[in-house]
Amino acid sequence: MPEAVGVSMKEPSRGYQLRVVQEVLLALLAKEASHGYEVRARLQLALGPLAEALNAGQVYVTLNRLEKAGLVSSARVGQTDRPDRKVYELTAAGRARVMEWLADTSWPKPAPTEFHLKLVATAAAGLGDPVRLVDAQRHAVLAGLAAAQRAALAEPDGSVAGLLLEGVVLRLQADLRWLEACARYWNATKERS
Amino acid sequence: MNANESLPRAGAVLRTRGLEKEYGQGAGLVRALDAVELAVAAGETLAVMGPSGCGKSTLLHLLGGLERPSAGEVWLQGHRIDQLSEKALARLRRGAVGFVFQAFHLMDELTAAENVELPALLAGRPPRAARGRAAELLERVGLADRAEHLPSALSGGERQRVAIARALSNEPLIVLADEPTGNLDSAATLDVLRLFDGLRAAGQTLLIVTHDARIAATADRLISMRDGAFVEETRLTHGTSGTLGELAGLEG
Repeated sequence: MPEAVGVSMKEPSRGYQLRVVQEVLLALLAKEASHGYEVRARLQLALGPLAEALNAGQVYVTLNRLEKAGLVSSARVGQTDRPDRKVYELTAAGRARVMEWLADTSWPKPAPTEFHLKLVATAAAGLGDPVRLVDAQRHAVLAGLAAAQRAALAEPDGSVAGLLLEGVVLRLQADLRWLEACARYWNATKERS
Repeated sequence: MNANESLPRAGAVLRTRGLEKEYGQGAGLVRALDAVELAVAAGETLAVMGPSGCGKSTLLHLLGGLERPSAGEVWLQGHRIDQLSEKALARLRRGAVGFVFQAFHLMDELTAAENVELPALLAGRPPRAARGRAAELLERVGLADRAEHLPSALSGGERQRVAIARALSNEPLIVLADEPTGNLDSAATLDVLRLFDGLRAAGQTLLIVTHDARIAATADRLISMRDGAFVEETRLTHGTSGTLGELAGLEG
């Protein structure tokens, strides 16, 4: 999974994200055997408002896949007044996969290479004004920052999901600082030519 | 791009038409603002961003009647203000417009409460009413326990919160803030940010000129300036949950 830093060789694909969801569900099962809805509740607590984008069925679909892959096993627990509930448990292979994931130091979105190359190409080919592209991009990132910040402000003190939102806010601030540097560079280039 | 087109004109508290400002003359002529069309809706928070020298502070000065335009018009709540007499402008600045500056501009020899009272007293409100209003505003900015402190005994963030309370003293039609967090550390910035977010929620019309992305991100709408003109406009308050999921890399 770790890619060469700088040049992303693939789109942020569905497969990549699904693989991480598998790892996450396995890790959430590591403490004790649990029902699907308990796993989902733990995930939602950790993600707070970010969980809203999560597909409700994804947890159950993924648990099924993990079972087929031999990473979890399940047992049916009878209930008197409702249908049986399925309790999932990590297998030895599942536990090994969790440990592998914990030791993996790969990191998301290492460098804004694609946008950088877009600016270089725009300037070189005279396709437009790179500074304008930076302005538009900055607004798109700021819209994300606004959403994350509002969500962060709405979290109660000490919320674990608030910590994640703080991470989103800080990364976007760093992106915006870099976009400012882009604007300065391409503005200066324009004035030199 | 025309900011007016995205807003119902009738609801605008503050509006400009063809606003221009030039400094110097001959070869040294600098056009600081070029044909700016702006409308700020009632209850809206608008952030204006741009690099140093882009004209954003000049814009704020013209909007608040601190300077006069070279050409164009400024309308506040249906009244044209760019041609008012100095006396009428001074009255406007005391009442209808609240200012917040980067360097706070508090009176050093007055306490926090006295600073906040001052605009109400200057506007002719009875001292008792002015005092009550100041206490209420200091409470609102979380500084009720600092009311009798001099500015020199307050932190930068506290001073700015006093300045924000002062700006609200006469229930202004609009608050104009120029780099309100420019002199603050990140913890104090967060306090001011929460305060602006609260003002927005309470329906205060607010225009913030800033470099600070976090402050700009509290706005309903964002405008970027470059070389004295508007270059980009974005509405920041709608459809946020999809954006959040994308940011967290959860979709798919």
